[in-house]
Amino acid sequence: MNAIPERRSDANYYDVEAIRRDFPILSRTVHGKPLVFLDSAASAQKPQAVIDAVTSCYAEEYANIHRGVYFLSQLATEKFEGARRKVRHFLNAAEEREIVFTRNATEAINLVASSYGRRFLKRGDEVLISEIEHHSNIVPWQMLRDEIGIALKVAPVDERGALRMDRFRALLTHRTKLVAVTQMSNALGTVLPVVEIVRLAHDAGARVLIDGCQAVPHMPVDVRAIDADFYVFSGHKLYGPSGIGVLYGKAELLEAMPPYQGGGDMIVSVSFEKSEYAAIPHKFEAGTPHIAGAIGLGAAIDYVTATGLGRISNHEHALTTYATERLMAIDGITLVGTAPGKGSILSFTVEGVHPHDVGTILDHHGIAVRAGHHCAQPVMDRFGVPATVRASLGMYNTEAEVDELAAALRHVREIFA
Amino acid sequence: MSELRDLYQEVILDHAKRPRNFGRPEHFDHEAHGHNPLCGDKVNIFVILGAGGRVEDVRFEGRGCAISMASASLMTELLKGKSEAEARHLFERFHQMVTHEASGDPFPDAAPDDLERLEVLAGVRQFPMRVKCATLPWHTFNAALASGKAPAEVTTE
Repeated sequence: MNAIPERRSDANYYDVEAIRRDFPILSRTVHGKPLVFLDSAASAQKPQAVIDAVTSCYAEEYANIHRGVYFLSQLATEKFEGARRKVRHFLNAAEEREIVFTRNATEAINLVASSYGRRFLKRGDEVLISEIEHHSNIVPWQMLRDEIGIALKVAPVDERGALRMDRFRALLTHRTKLVAVTQMSNALGTVLPVVEIVRLAHDAGARVLIDGCQAVPHMPVDVRAIDADFYVFSGHKLYGPSGIGVLYGKAELLEAMPPYQGGGDMIVSVSFEKSEYAAIPHKFEAGTPHIAGAIGLGAAIDYVTATGLGRISNHEHALTTYATERLMAIDGITLVGTAPGKGSILSFTVEGVHPHDVGTILDHHGIAVRAGHHCAQPVMDRFGVPATVRASLGMYNTEAEVDELAAALRHVREIFA
Repeated sequence: MSELRDLYQEVILDHAKRPRNFGRPEHFDHEAHGHNPLCGDKVNIFVILGAGGRVEDVRFEGRGCAISMASASLMTELLKGKSEAEARHLFERFHQMVTHEASGDPFPDAAPDDLERLEVLAGVRQFPMRVKCATLPWHTFNAALASGKAPAEVTTE
């Protein structure tokens, strides 16, 4: 149980077929065709190690945490807190108490907007985001703007989808109190220079929140090397369960912030006159959390760590280059987002064919892609398209699958010829 | 793959590529804007009423997938000359066609010629995610008829 297949220590060794065997869903068929799953940026599939960890939690080690004096509750608490320890190491955070479990990255951003934002931002302060943010890193700031009168500034991207650093610098002023940017765009694959962004922001006196949803499955992340003040990600994009996410925050910030939600588990004592809040991270974890989800996330972290994020990254980059060549060889296909050094996301349009028609036809070839605005409507507006088709590559995808995609896209062209 | 052929029939592809009655007319009596926020499809419907409240002309503009564009195009052809009641009745029958499995004698009382022409869209019922694409223009037309001076706004969600 929870066995992590041994991988060779050679940095170039990557046995994608062995990895595929770890993901049971990859052996199923869709519409009579082998599944080609190219939508990991929306949510990734789960390796057996994660499925086993969740099953084992419920089958053998389940009870509520932080409560009982009995054996099972202690065991579940140990496993849950063990998952927090794994997240801490995964992000290279200084302390475990800097890791707050949330439902997902969206809730983590809302937590910061609501708790940090309401306490430390005031009318006239500016929050600076990029033009290629997911809706989850736009809407919470708009809600805060409407509530307390902050201003929301947007740094644009160039025609390839790379952040315009000149414009970013110009928008970063003494009024900027928080910079909130993605590390990797879910719609385009653009990887933002977060180390430089954080340095510039700190020089300007602003705190920085980084949305790491797309970054953590694809590259090693070190929150201290980045010097991020807040870093958020979702478990389900990292081959873990859905319903579990992470907020990393520097301890001094989390300590200064008021609770986000009130309830059990986040207090030391309660009377009808007054409640005393628990220390971080528990102050931000009101109510019974997704215990099995956190444990499953811990197993997912073990899995990708054992495989090696450096190796995963190399594999995905090589595959992205291959896929780009294959797609560009097809008439009528235009890639949207071609920033240098981008991650394993190919967003594209097919001339004369709406992305949803492309998605339906690909589905009948067994190929799962996302067709739509990818919860990033401003990105679509920026590039003047209503929607795109997005193929996102994960640790288990292969050149043969890219070939299937290319063949199916030729079929799309035939149908709409 | 036969389901795909049912969905993307020649007639559909033809209407999607060369939509009939496309474009905003200079004068019209009713207008509605339809929007499917899930996929971004947008269709604006313009209705000109004639004698006795019958539909004299329907035109549309918008952008979206082949199914929504072809459905809008076919709809504008079929609705000309219809009374409001006849138009609603036709939509009801069409809605049944794209959401229910075909039975022996599904639509005995509807205008048989019109339904026969809409039959090219029946393949949608095998694609539950795409039913809204086919019905958006019709919902938008209904909203247009019901609208006052200001254009009505319709959303699928």
